[in-house]
Parts: sequence; C-alpha cells; structure tokens
Amino acid sequence: METILMLTAVEADGALPKAAQEALGAARDLAGSLAGSTLAVGLWGADVKPAADAIAGCGAAKVYGAVSPDLAPARYATDAAAAEALAKAAGATIVVAPGTSRMARVMPGVSHRLGGKADTHVTAIEAGPDGVAATRWAYRQRIETVVSRTARPWILLLDPGCRAPAAAVPGSATVEAVAVALPPEAKRTVVTGVQAPPAEKQTIRPDAKLLFVAGAGWTKKQAGGAPRLPEAERLILDFLAKTGASLGSSKSLTDQAGEGQAVLGFLSHLNQIGQTGATPRHPKGLATCCHGEEPHTVGWRFITQRRAINLDPNCGWARGKADVLYVADVFEVMAKVNALL
Amino acid sequence: MATSYAIVVCGGIVPDPLQTLEPVMTPGGPGLKNEMMLPAVLDPWAACALYEAAALAKKAPGSKVWLASLGPKAKLQQVMMTVAQKVPFELVALDGSSGGFTDAAETAAALAEAIQAVPGLDRNRMLLFGGWESASRGAGATLQILGELLGIRDQFQGVDAVEPQADGSLRVLERVEGGRHQVSVCQGPPAVFGWATGSLAEPPNNPQVGMANMRAVMPALQRAKPAKIGSGGAVFRKVALPQQQRQTRIVKDQTADQIAKEIAEWIRQD
Repeated sequence: METILMLTAVEADGALPKAAQEALGAARDLAGSLAGSTLAVGLWGADVKPAADAIAGCGAAKVYGAVSPDLAPARYATDAAAAEALAKAAGATIVVAPGTSRMARVMPGVSHRLGGKADTHVTAIEAGPDGVAATRWAYRQRIETVVSRTARPWILLLDPGCRAPAAAVPGSATVEAVAVALPPEAKRTVVTGVQAPPAEKQTIRPDAKLLFVAGAGWTKKQAGGAPRLPEAERLILDFLAKTGASLGSSKSLTDQAGEGQAVLGFLSHLNQIGQTGATPRHPKGLATCCHGEEPHTVGWRFITQRRAINLDPNCGWARGKADVLYVADVFEVMAKVNALL
Repeated sequence: MATSYAIVVCGGIVPDPLQTLEPVMTPGGPGLKNEMMLPAVLDPWAACALYEAAALAKKAPGSKVWLASLGPKAKLQQVMMTVAQKVPFELVALDGSSGGFTDAAETAAALAEAIQAVPGLDRNRMLLFGGWESASRGAGATLQILGELLGIRDQFQGVDAVEPQADGSLRVLERVEGGRHQVSVCQGPPAVFGWATGSLAEPPNNPQVGMANMRAVMPALQRAKPAKIGSGGAVFRKVALPQQQRQTRIVKDQTADQIAKEIAEWIRQD
C-alpha cells in the first residue's frame, strides 16, 4: 500500500506549472493502478491556494501546503526544507515530482534527507503485478532502462512533456498547513531575478510545436566557394519568426563560437541539443545541415515527427532516424519555404 | 578580489561519446559490452567545471583546485594523461566503477569520504564543482547528495557563470526553462555548483602543466582507495538500446520548389 505524493513548488502567481499537472496525472494514474494506495498533493510557495483550488477535484485525499514569502524563490536551501517537510507530513512512500529545473535542483538532496532514493529524468511510470517501475535513459538518451526499487520513499522526477497533463478539476481545496523551519543559514542565497534575451531575440521556445535544428553545414563553404553567414542568419531568423519554432543547434556549431570561428551570432550553448545539450520534446523537428551518427542524434530522440534537409543522402543524422530526408541545398529550400510561409 | 577558494571538482570518466555503446548483463548487474576496452574521457560537463575552476583559481590568488575522480584505476590513469595537460590541479582518485548503472548516492558517499580526508582542505572556503549531469548515469543527483553529506546547503545546478563580487559574495547564473538564466547572489563559500557548459573553451594542452600535474597524479593513483559502488538497490528490469528504426523516405529527385511546398504544408498541419 503506497502513499503517493505529487510534490511541487508553485509559480510566482500561485499557479501550478504545466509540468506539475503532468506529474499529477502520472501520480493519479499510479494511485489508480495500485489497490489501497492513497494520492496526496504537496505544494509550497508564497501562496498555494490558487494551485490547490485548480486541482481540487483531482482525487487527492489530502493537499498539504507550506506557505511563506521565503518559499517563493527557487533556492535550494528553502526548497529542500519545504519538500522534506511536506514529504514527511504526507508520510509519502512514492513522490512524483515534475522534472523542472527547480525540482531537479533539489529533489536528489531531499531523497538523502528522507533516507530514500531518487530517480530523475523519468519518462514513464507504470504499476504492474511486480510493483512500480520507472523508465529512464542512461548514457544521455542512448540506453533505455526500466527500474524498480524497494527503498522508500522513492522520488521520481518526471521529465516535462512525457505525458498529458491531468485535466483541471477546479474547486475549493482544503489545504493542510505544514510548518517549515527556515533558519537564517537557509537564506544565504538571494535570488535576484531572471536573465533572458529580449523576447524578439529569444530563440528557445519549449512550448513550440516545431524544433528547427541548425547544423554546422550552415557556416561551411557553399556552392559559390565561400560561406554565406549573413544569408544563413537571415534565413533562419526569418523562418523562426514566421513559424514560432524553437531553435536547436548541434554541438559542433556552438563550439565554433568558443573556438573563435565564424558562427551564427544568435546561437549559444543554450541552443545546443544532443549528448551534451538538451533533449527537447516537440511534436515536429526539422534538421538542417546536421551531420553525425548516433551520439549526435540523441538531441531529437523525443521529437515525434522528424524531417531533415541535407546534401548527403547517407547522412547519419537522418537515415533511419528521420521520417523524410530531403537531399537538397538548404539555402535554396529555406528561402522558398520562408516565401511560402 | 581578496577571497581565495578551495575548489574541489568532482568528475567521473565516461566512454568517449563517439563510441558505440551496447548494454550487457553481468553478474554484478547491467554494464556495457567491452566496457574496459572503450576509450574514456573526463565527463564533458565535469570537464567544463574543471576549466571554470582553474580560471576562477587563477583570478583568486591563494586558491587551489582538486579533481576528485572515481573510476577504474587503469582508466583513470589513461584519462589523466590528457586531462593533466589542460589546467593545474591535484588529483583525488578513487578506484571503483563509474558506469551508468551505478547508484548516485553510493558514489556521493565515497566522494564525501575522500574529500573529507584531503589534507589541508579548508571546507569553509570550499566550492564544490562538478557537471550538472554525467554522460553516463545522467541523473544530476550525485552533487546534491554530496553537498548534503558535506553539510552544504547553498547549491546551484545548470550553472553557466560564477562571478566573485567585491564583498566576497558570488553571483551565479543557473539555466532555467526557456533558454533563460536565474540570477542569484550567494554570500560565499561553501557552496555546490553543478556546471552546464559555462563560457570557456577547452584549454590547449600545456606540457609544462602536464609535467607538474603528473608528478602528483601518479602517486594519487597509487593511493587510490577501492570504492565499492553498486546499484543502490535498483532492480533493472530492462536495459536496452532503443529499437525504433524509422523508414526514412529519401527525397532526392524533387526541385527546391516542390520540397519547400511539401515542408510548408507539413509545418502548417496540426
């Protein structure tokens, strides 16, 4: 008999993050598959009532809340204290949490405090006759594993975008207050804000339907014998503006900036996808001028529909991994795509 | 900048990312086929942490960098031949498994014991660096647990910059969702930093640094204590390569106009 706790910090406005709604869906499904188990929700932040009300009808036996202005910022020491207190108050044996940057920062440390175990980057949670099992990837999305544990509490951080969010069933929730001790040492760090490029220059859009991947080929010598960087920049930015796509890049392209080579000015390591970058989840992906074998292609492991444009019909990025490979000059094709869009 | 730091970089070794990996079951649990034969490298994000540590130590006179690394001794020696030529550090070596199916908590416990035993390490000045995730286990858990074991409650993950301020505090940039950075100011050491890429390129090989490092690396490897790292109670029900192979349609006889039209239509579809 498990006590399953969906645990998360709420957003600054008290709302529940989308990734937490997905985690709630996973926790609720898990509770439904394990006879005799109980579902609970644990929330912390400056005000948790809006989030609690938004999921009042989710089937949780109890909603626990830790509320304080000191719990608003995403700060390890205070977040860990809140998560620990909530998990203990709920008597959780399984904790399902969203794999956001905030929760990923803190939950492994919390597992240590609780004497339990944590598995991160979980992509699926299932319950069967042999108990609960979690799917996660090792070696940066190259080997798939399914893991089970007897240790409790077992903390599972579900990667965002792996499942549908729980349907909102709003109402008026009763939140059981949980006290969190926050000594002055817990506030040695002050979160001062968020640094981001201006909205019109932001090229990373996690909620976009399309991921556009730019490879190093964009910066290489073209048919005319010289690189066409200004044209490449214009084509890519024009495409992003017209489609609202998110921009990913291969490692080789972002590395060129560090090596002092000519690069696309709007790219940074934050755009990098693949084995040493991000593995974003978008419904569609269009890879352009990308080359490489398996280690380089893990960046679009979780892209549902994949197409590629490349001059090499045997490109390892695409063969067997993309649905369609267009063998063509990307400059020519993208100019015409932009015109059509 | 008056503050000096004791910077401990935790970095394991992983198979060269260009190698083909094939999982196999061993008596001790899952592993990689020919694991000991695969060329290894310092974990990529831990390497970024090491370069950032060296740059920070250079800017803060009196600082020192240690590299705490857990891996099979023979592989560690092989990797150190390259890494030692990059930046100055003192190696703290542990002889044990660094595979992707080992337990983060057991790894953290072994590292904590080794760090606590480092002579002359002032833990009040300590900055604990490492990669925010390994390229093996990929959990992003070891550093947090290690920080807890060492009593460090100021922790940062996905770090791209640590900038010492005039008052001794540290301004930290951490990656958060949407291609943004959270900005924090920490009062100072001790603190844990799980690095993302940072901003530094890989330093060129420096034979003089290599010779200086290797004088201490070899004795450190000889002193490396065995660390028994297991799966931490995890039962692996499945360990497999992804089987999905797509039937790629190769389009090479169409004009740019035809291809563009097809792509535009595909993008417009819900």
